[in-house]
Amino acid sequence: MYEIINKKKLNNDVDLMVIHAPLVAKNTLPGNFVIIRVNSSGERIPLTIVENDKETITIISQKVGFTTKLLGEMKIGDSLEDVVGPLGLKAEIKRVNKVIGIAGGVGAAPLYPQLKAYHDQGTIVDLVIGAQNKEHLLLLDKFEKIVDNIYICTDDGSLGTKGFVTNALDNLLKYNSYDLAIAIGPLIMMKNVVELNKKHQLKTYVSLNPIMIDGTGMCGNCRVSINGKTYFACVDGPDFPGEGIDFDELIHRQTYYKKEEHICNLRLGKKDD
Amino acid sequence: MINRTKMPELDPLLRNKIFEEVAKGFDISQVKIEASRCLDCKNPRCVNACPVNIDIPKFIRLIVEEKYQEAYCTVYQDNILPAVCGRVCPQEKQCEGACVLGIKYEPVAIGALERFLGDYSLKNNYLKNEEIIENHKKVAIIGSGPAGLACAATTRRMGYSVEVYEALHEFGGVLKYGIPEFRLPKAIVDTEILRLEKLGIVFHKNVIIGKTLTINQLFKEYDYKAVFIGSGAGLPSSLGIKGENLNGVYYANEFLTRVNLMKANNFPNSATPIKVGETVAVVGGGNVAIDAARTAKRLGAKNVYIVYRRNMEALPARLEEIHHAIAEGIEFKLLLNPVEIIGFDYEIKQIKCQVMKLGKKDESGRQRPIPTDDFETIDVNNLIVAIGQSPNPIIKKTTPDLIVDDWGRIIVNNYQTSIPGVFAGGDIVTGAATVILAMGAGKEAAKRINDYILTLK
Repeated sequence: MYEIINKKKLNNDVDLMVIHAPLVAKNTLPGNFVIIRVNSSGERIPLTIVENDKETITIISQKVGFTTKLLGEMKIGDSLEDVVGPLGLKAEIKRVNKVIGIAGGVGAAPLYPQLKAYHDQGTIVDLVIGAQNKEHLLLLDKFEKIVDNIYICTDDGSLGTKGFVTNALDNLLKYNSYDLAIAIGPLIMMKNVVELNKKHQLKTYVSLNPIMIDGTGMCGNCRVSINGKTYFACVDGPDFPGEGIDFDELIHRQTYYKKEEHICNLRLGKKDD
Repeated sequence: MINRTKMPELDPLLRNKIFEEVAKGFDISQVKIEASRCLDCKNPRCVNACPVNIDIPKFIRLIVEEKYQEAYCTVYQDNILPAVCGRVCPQEKQCEGACVLGIKYEPVAIGALERFLGDYSLKNNYLKNEEIIENHKKVAIIGSGPAGLACAATTRRMGYSVEVYEALHEFGGVLKYGIPEFRLPKAIVDTEILRLEKLGIVFHKNVIIGKTLTINQLFKEYDYKAVFIGSGAGLPSSLGIKGENLNGVYYANEFLTRVNLMKANNFPNSATPIKVGETVAVVGGGNVAIDAARTAKRLGAKNVYIVYRRNMEALPARLEEIHHAIAEGIEFKLLLNPVEIIGFDYEIKQIKCQVMKLGKKDESGRQRPIPTDDFETIDVNNLIVAIGQSPNPIIKKTTPDLIVDDWGRIIVNNYQTSIPGVFAGGDIVTGAATVILAMGAGKEAAKRINDYILTLK
């Protein structure tokens, strides 16, 4: 079993959890993820490893679906049924002078270890970070320690500029140039960032988080079309160059079980009553 | 000669809605009758035809003498999963295919007898105490599927300290995620594996060798003297046609894993969902295709088609399963090869198939399918792609010295890989094959592992 040894509420929807998993932590590198099961009848879901030390891994999870809501109910001292990893290819930290990170909502969590790796090797790192409101901006204190310039935007204007990350990014790119961009957030945000960056001849890497089961390339659920070729996000990713990705297909694949998700959520509600 | 005893089965129209096991097994009177049919040949061809060389005439003789425990021990010596293999081996191509009775009459139902002994022992909780003389040398087994389990048991009996590493959250590999409950109840798999734990084999779940730990770390940090790779053929082959990533298109691995391992048939009690529409087509003709088709039927699909590019005679699936599928209402659409998947709003609607005809025999001994100019379009809600698997590449990717062929299969010389002390067997070496061939490989590899460790000082 994998004990939750610390839990921090980052906002009403998002929790940070430190999980005792020494064997997973051992080989973890930036960009790796784990697959967890909350309980013995649970789904297997992928979550990025935000940080690790010798004994623990840190995950950040937003309560969006049945399983993430179930995970959110877990308390310090509880244990997760299964944690397996580190999965996926490690993020390729390129030898460049200047990168721009773009984080949308909970996408800030997987972006953090990558930007930190860039900062640690001496790269200048700028960040555009956006969320629906002030409360949903994640890890600002951590980012402030590793980035050179930070541009904040919120949908409601409660902190930083009012608007989407693409607006802020568009403005920024008029006067600044970067060697590459890393965008992690909702699929629609990543799609729009890639489109925008193309106009500025800026290469964008994204991190994908499709539905997965085993995470070892066995089931093929997490397939992604890139320039007409099929890749498995679990073993070929989760990071990919954004330019050739069929985001519309991914958005549809992500919603295939929406009705079933709803059925599960209803049960979750009942349990609370 | 009396007729071969028929295996009792659940009624087809009842069973195609539930996941209960179809073949019910022989009772003791049926076992006695069937065992009495064995001629006890001087040169038993069945033993050589068995990939793990079970002493078949001996165990049948012991059944006739009503010494069931001894009969079980005879099987168990060579096959640690008799209740599993009695159910899933393609006996008609192996032991029963070689049985001399089959020349004039019907072969002895060896598989059913083996299954009886396995079940008998599990039911009566009978297991011979095996004394193991410890040699305190460590062997690591990668994968808890048939190859890994057979290798683990054989090396353990030689005295090694054996630890098995499994990537998933349950043990058994393809026995758990691949083969459906109605063909192989998971409780039986668990009980047979539990027996190996009692033998002193240590099992670790949620450890992916190549990720969680590398092979190098197993040697350097954990002091293993040898490593056996039995990680199986877990990479689905794709059709490579337009529309394959539409919603509603599954690879058989995903479809079966959702049900067999994640219990999607119990949704929402089990949180993993699965979606099956009114009409489901399965491409392929092997055991996996038949399993997927029968599973789709049980999940409520009205029409289930097996779409296969050759004819009925060329289906590679186990004969018994083909019969079961037909009885359960699975339709076979033969001499058709999907060339395009047509969708609307990113969801599958139709498959376009090219009509095939049969040509000259190919290297497999079957008539080669040749495309014609005709096409047929079938309306479907789901397509399940079951055209084979290739070896899982994870270990290769983090073990640069491990040499594999163009298809990703590990190249071995007598089970020895290109890295000293690292052995491999089962689907990771041969490509997708059968449970029993993988077990045979695991067992043989164990002997090579022993030879190798004895040469170390």
